[in-house]
Amino acid sequence: MIFVEDKALVVPGDVLADEEYHTGRGTFKEGNNICSSLVGLVAIRDKKISVIPLQSKYIPKRGDVVIGEVTDIRFSMWNLDVNSPYSGFLPASDVFGKEKRDLNKAFNVGDVLFLRVVDVDEVKKVKLGLKGRGLGKFRGGILIYITPTKVPRLIGKKGSMINMIKDETKCDIIVGQNGVVWVKGDPKMERVAEKVINMIEDQAHTSGLTDRVRNMLSELLGKEIEAEEVPEPDINE
Amino acid sequence: MVIIITNNSNSLRADGRKFDELRPLKIEAGVLEKADGSAYLEIGGNKILAAVYGPRELHVRRIMRPDMSVIRCRYNMAPFSVGERKRPGPDRRSIEISKITADALRPAIFLEKFPRSTIDVFIEILEAEGGTRCAGITAASVALADAGIPMKDLVVSCAAGKADGNVILDLSEEEDKNGEADVPVAIMPRSGGITLLQTDGHLTPDEFDKALDLAIEGCKKISEEQKKAIINRYGEENG
Repeated sequence: MIFVEDKALVVPGDVLADEEYHTGRGTFKEGNNICSSLVGLVAIRDKKISVIPLQSKYIPKRGDVVIGEVTDIRFSMWNLDVNSPYSGFLPASDVFGKEKRDLNKAFNVGDVLFLRVVDVDEVKKVKLGLKGRGLGKFRGGILIYITPTKVPRLIGKKGSMINMIKDETKCDIIVGQNGVVWVKGDPKMERVAEKVINMIEDQAHTSGLTDRVRNMLSELLGKEIEAEEVPEPDINE
Repeated sequence: MVIIITNNSNSLRADGRKFDELRPLKIEAGVLEKADGSAYLEIGGNKILAAVYGPRELHVRRIMRPDMSVIRCRYNMAPFSVGERKRPGPDRRSIEISKITADALRPAIFLEKFPRSTIDVFIEILEAEGGTRCAGITAASVALADAGIPMKDLVVSCAAGKADGNVILDLSEEEDKNGEADVPVAIMPRSGGITLLQTDGHLTPDEFDKALDLAIEGCKKISEEQKKAIINRYGEENG
C-alpha cells in the first residue's frame, strides 16, 4: 500500500507507505509504516520510496568538488569554510610538496578556492585537496549560495540549464557540490546570472523550470532566445 | 417568551470560547532570510518568532557529542512583550523554558545524522498572553522542519487547565493567573508520544486525566495548522 503520489509535498512524520516498499533517503521505518523525515518531494523508484529535501545542509562526501573560503591559517594547513556543519582543512604539503614555505604567500584568509574532498574521517574532519583539473584559487567574481540538494536542478540534464545561463550571460560559472556557485564575467551579467540562479533556487521544486529560466533570461537581456529542445531535467537525478 | 439561559453545560468563558476551543491560530513558515529555518506564530494575543540555525559547527568542546548533534534552545521574552516592562535577559523562568523546549524537541530529531554539530533554536516572544511555552515549542518545530532537519514527527504543544472549576483547553493569560491549574503538554502526533508534561496547580486525578486528553486533542488540531503552514510556504503549484 502506498499513501502518497509521486512528487507530492510531504512534511516530517507523514506516513508514505507500508512495508511493501523500501526506505530510501529522507525516510524511516516505524513499525510497519514508512514515514517521511523531511519537508520535501516524494520520489518513487520501483519499490524504493524516498523524499528529496527542499532545504538541507551540505554533508561532505569523499570525491565531491566544493568551493570553500579560507577562514584561518595554521602552522601547516589552511582551515576552510565549505558551507557545511563541518569545516575543512587543506594541508600545506598538498600545495608545496615537501618544500617549506610561508602559507599566507599562497592563500590568505578570505581567498576562495575550488577544491576536492579527499577524505572525511570518523571524527568528521574534512581533508581537502587541490590536485585535479581546474582546481585552485578564484580571482574576482561573486559567490552565490544555494541549497546543496538543488545543485542538480541548477545544472540540469547534461548541464543544459547551466550551459544556457553561461551562453546567454557570457559568464564563467562554477558550481560546487556544497551549494556554492562562483560567477565571473561582466558585472552587469553577474547580476543577471545571480538573479536567475536565485530564481532557480526558489522554484527548484516546480516543473517547467527550463522554460521559465529561458523567459527570464530573455527578459533580463532584452532579446529573444530560441528554444532548444531540451528535455525537462528530473529533480530526482 | 424570553428564555434566559444561565450557566448550562457548555458555558462560555471570559473570552466567549467553549471549554474545548482554541484561540485563533496563525502560523507562517520561512519568515526570516538569514536563519536556516524560521516560523512566526500567533495564537490569541501571543506573537512568537522562532529561528533555527544549523546543523552547524560546534565550537564548545565541552558539550560536543561524538555520536550525535546537540540541540541548544533559547527562549527569550522581549521587554515589551508584557504589560509591565520585563527586565531583559534570562531569568529563572526563561532558563527553565529553554531547557524544557530542548527536551520536548529532542526526541523527534534524528540527532545521530549530524555528529559533532549543533542545532540552535531561538524563540523570541514578541507579545505574551498566556501559553507562550507551548506556542514556542509549536513554532520551533515548524522552524526545524523549515530548516530541513530530519525529524520523526512535528512536535506540537498545547496546554489545558482548570479555571472557575471547569477543565478547559488553551488557557489565556487571565485564566492562567486566576485559574486553579495549568497543564502544558507536547506530543508527537503520529505516535502519540508525550515529550513534555508539566503541571502547575491543583487537580484531582480525574480532572488531570480530562485535562491531558483535552490538551492532546488541542495538539492534534494545532498539528494540522503546522502542516498547512509548511505546505503553504512552497505554494500549491508543485505537482
